Amino acid sequence: MAENKRIDEPTGTETVGHEWDGIEELDTPMPRWWLWTLYATIIWGIGYTVIYPAWPGITGYTKGVIGWSSEQEFRDEVAAATERRAPVLRALAATPIERLPEDSRLLQFAIVGGESAFKQYCVQCHGSGAAGAKGYPNLNDDEWLWGGDIKAIEFTLVHGIRNPDHDETRFSMMPAFGRDGIFSSQEIADVANYVRAISGQDTAGDSARRGSELYAQQCVACHGVDGKGDREQGAPNLTDAIWLYGGDTETIRETLYGSRYGVMPRFGERLDPVTIKMLAAYVHSLGGGERYVEVAADPEVEVDERP
Amino acid sequence: MNAPDILEEPPVQLYEKRKSVFPQAVDGTFRRLKWAVMAVTLAIYYVTPWIRWDRGPYAPDQAVLVDLANRRFFMFGIEIWPQEFYYIVGLLVMAGVGLFLVTSAVGRAWCGYACPQTVWTDLFQHVERFIDGDRNAQIKLQRAPWGPRKIARRLVKWSVWLVIAFATGGAWIFYFADAPTLAQDFVTGDAAFIAYATVGILTATTFIFGGFLREQVCIYMCPWPRIQSAMLDEKSLIVTYKDWRGEPRARGMKKPRGPDELFGDCIDCMKCVSVCPTGVDIREGPQIGCITCALCIDACDKVMDQIGRPRGLIDYATLEGQELEREGKPAPSPLKMLLRPRTIFYFAIWAGIGLAMLFAVGTRSRIDISAVQERNPPYVQLADGTVRNDFTIKISNMQTRPRKMEVGLVGLEDGVFWQRGGSRQLAGRILTADVPADSVKALNVFVAGTSPEQGRQDFAFSVRALDSEGGADSVQVHFSGPEETR
Repeated sequence: MAENKRIDEPTGTETVGHEWDGIEELDTPMPRWWLWTLYATIIWGIGYTVIYPAWPGITGYTKGVIGWSSEQEFRDEVAAATERRAPVLRALAATPIERLPEDSRLLQFAIVGGESAFKQYCVQCHGSGAAGAKGYPNLNDDEWLWGGDIKAIEFTLVHGIRNPDHDETRFSMMPAFGRDGIFSSQEIADVANYVRAISGQDTAGDSARRGSELYAQQCVACHGVDGKGDREQGAPNLTDAIWLYGGDTETIRETLYGSRYGVMPRFGERLDPVTIKMLAAYVHSLGGGERYVEVAADPEVEVDERP
Repeated sequence: MNAPDILEEPPVQLYEKRKSVFPQAVDGTFRRLKWAVMAVTLAIYYVTPWIRWDRGPYAPDQAVLVDLANRRFFMFGIEIWPQEFYYIVGLLVMAGVGLFLVTSAVGRAWCGYACPQTVWTDLFQHVERFIDGDRNAQIKLQRAPWGPRKIARRLVKWSVWLVIAFATGGAWIFYFADAPTLAQDFVTGDAAFIAYATVGILTATTFIFGGFLREQVCIYMCPWPRIQSAMLDEKSLIVTYKDWRGEPRARGMKKPRGPDELFGDCIDCMKCVSVCPTGVDIREGPQIGCITCALCIDACDKVMDQIGRPRGLIDYATLEGQELEREGKPAPSPLKMLLRPRTIFYFAIWAGIGLAMLFAVGTRSRIDISAVQERNPPYVQLADGTVRNDFTIKISNMQTRPRKMEVGLVGLEDGVFWQRGGSRQLAGRILTADVPADSVKALNVFVAGTSPEQGRQDFAFSVRALDSEGGADSVQVHFSGPEETR
């Protein structure tokens, strides 16, 4: 076929030599600019692989003459960010947690930093919106088992709850009234009815009245005469609308029968004090925090990036 | 080989090389009009960014400023925020309809007088004439071999062009930042990279478009001529050669005509062609290359004066009027042609948009409130049995001064709210906020209502300014409770 190549008269271009039913194809050369662009990209590509990491080998890869790596770039950026934050972190470290609300800018930084740390260490149990779940407290609300001012929150974070291998941990234990044979099932039902009554969910009947006598014997030590609980012992308020495990009769009976034993790890040995301060500030800011300090300056001004 | 060999001619050339245009200098009514338009448009372009406009201490004092970094657009007394971009869209629509109006009324007047490509090409051609001489000298120099004299002239010409191009690109950036500051930073090398890049690109485009591409931009690159050609009709004023008067052409000067004289008024002096900045021959009729700059009218009128014939062999005229004149009837006056349904319709649309925008600008609110409900969690059960919802409220103060504002709850009878960082003990149904000048303030608020069993309830946040000027806005939101999520 190749011997059939010929110069096409009208265009002056050579044909490829094939012919199908009288139809021939011109062998039009590449446009020069296109060809030179291709050569330029080839040269560029070679230069690129020399300068930057490129070729894989058996044990590694070519590092490139300028020694750039994306990992190093990332590390540099992290280092630079850490460097920028260093003065604020130092100020946070130097400020006792209970003085933090007085410095609105520092507090704001702590809240934002705490939100970020919360996403890493706390969401597994408390949820991404800190709303908790059955057995895991909702941190947005205004009931606190162990205290809701910023210092108490920090203490809980540092020492955890019911860590048997840690002396300072927050610890208490409710008896398993049913399993350990302290209450009969009728008595459990009576106490449960009493708790339903003092929390305003049911009207008190005979059973509840019987339950009140049992309550006075067995429960007042921790939950108090009026059922409002005791934060020293992490005993919840039984008269309010918030239930960690549930406020229906069935769940209350379950709690009375087998007790509850919620634990939280202590973070004092896992996180640095500044991160813990930031976490405490964040949790405290979620709306239920107690003993707020009114600050004069308003930290929440968004100035829309205008300098 | 069955390929039919039908073409005997040399290979067809699909590419025609540009024929250089060397427009001759001309003087006359339209040339002077062009001078005036050039002076006005260039003055507007160069002076506008330097006009100051006092807006108080919280906003820039530049009269016209497109502040991209802070997303604000200032134009004298009007400040536009990004969400008000429809005003810019309205202006663009007005510019489009305005072009339709002008085109249907007076043809390609935009192309001929006010288009930047025309203005800068004209300017560059004047420079060229000043350095190289008029048409004939330019052609001679073009054909001359490269020598010291030609190189020197070219270098001088290109240098002046570059200076003009640099001034053009340089002026553009002043619309986007405070002009005096930017000018200083630009000279000392402290300006942003984008400023230098913009000036560089615009200098290059001005230099190339004005110096070398010229009429090719109009003929090959610009979409307007196509659109405008479609908008012209037989009643539009366009630059027209009156062939019924001019044809057949006579060669050179001739004696006054007798009654049986066969020649028309055109003496084929080619003046109309030699002055044309796009190098067209208007006697061939309306064509895409004609930008209706009317310089051929000036040139032809002068020749008509010299040979003692009436002016207006080439003139602004309508095709319809020409048909009448050809038959010996008088053409309708241009004013009458301007007022016809089509132009009046365009004007009505144009003016309607303009008036609507003026009304909208005059009555627009400079306070805005928006609210987003926190969805994680959607509500919080509180110890006393009530339910809390969390919201982020954003208050926009679009005035260039700080204002004290009051945010309140509308509806949700038992509800109270307080700011994050505050305390429920201080909660109420209103709270006040100082909103800085020309900015958005975000407030995180907690709203507690006392009837959780009602489920979803609609209510609104309202905001009003606490100064004498006043102004208010509100936003509808809803309150979530346990009922709806059960």
